[in-house]
Amino acid sequence: MRGLTLVLLGLFLALLLYAEGDLPGRGDPAAPASTHVSPYYIQHSLAETKTPNLVTSVLADYRGYDTLGETVVIVTAALAAALVLLGERRAD
Amino acid sequence: MLTRHPSPVVTTVARLLAPLIALFALYVVAHGHYSPGGGFQGGVLLAASTLLLRLALGEKDSAPAFPPSLALPMAVTGVLLYTVTGVVPLFLGGGYLDYARLPWPGAPAPLLRYFGILVVEVGVALAVWGTMVAIFDRLARGEG
Repeated sequence: MRGLTLVLLGLFLALLLYAEGDLPGRGDPAAPASTHVSPYYIQHSLAETKTPNLVTSVLADYRGYDTLGETVVIVTAALAAALVLLGERRAD
Repeated sequence: MLTRHPSPVVTTVARLLAPLIALFALYVVAHGHYSPGGGFQGGVLLAASTLLLRLALGEKDSAPAFPPSLALPMAVTGVLLYTVTGVVPLFLGGGYLDYARLPWPGAPAPLLRYFGILVVEVGVALAVWGTMVAIFDRLARGEG
């Protein structure tokens, strides 16, 4: 069983290493990630949002919907923890 | 239930440090436009100052600084602040979370988006702060 796990993990590693060869290079300006919306943010962020920190303007403005989801996830964690732990106390 | 630490050194240092940590946290939230930082990081630092007081003073003696019952309402208020900032532009002809349509007469669009980001970051900070404290308080109480 242990041997089978190791073989499967080895095969998966080989698959990942094989797929890694097709990834664009790190910081490649011609990569799809660098040619889609990134140039627009870099060129217009300061003029459109008066925010020198590009990370903040993307996080809270251009991709604000995403950050709203993250915030909701965090508060959901708090509510879930409160519900679970309250229930535990009541059962005592 | 957490109790007050017996050593006066611990309680005094914690009481000295907590406001400084909170002050730095406010700086991190407000300075997110110019440097690494923002709502998430600042919220965690605010929570750290509260949790330091909880650990050193116990829940009862640190309650005046941050009542345990405040944590969850504050977290929800943070999300509400964020959501309202997103919904208000909807009624004023913009898209969801379109800060340029926030109702502030005379302000140019970049400035509105600048302040929209700030309001949203404050909302995130409140949500993170309340969440951390709420989870910590419940886990600490469970210890018995």
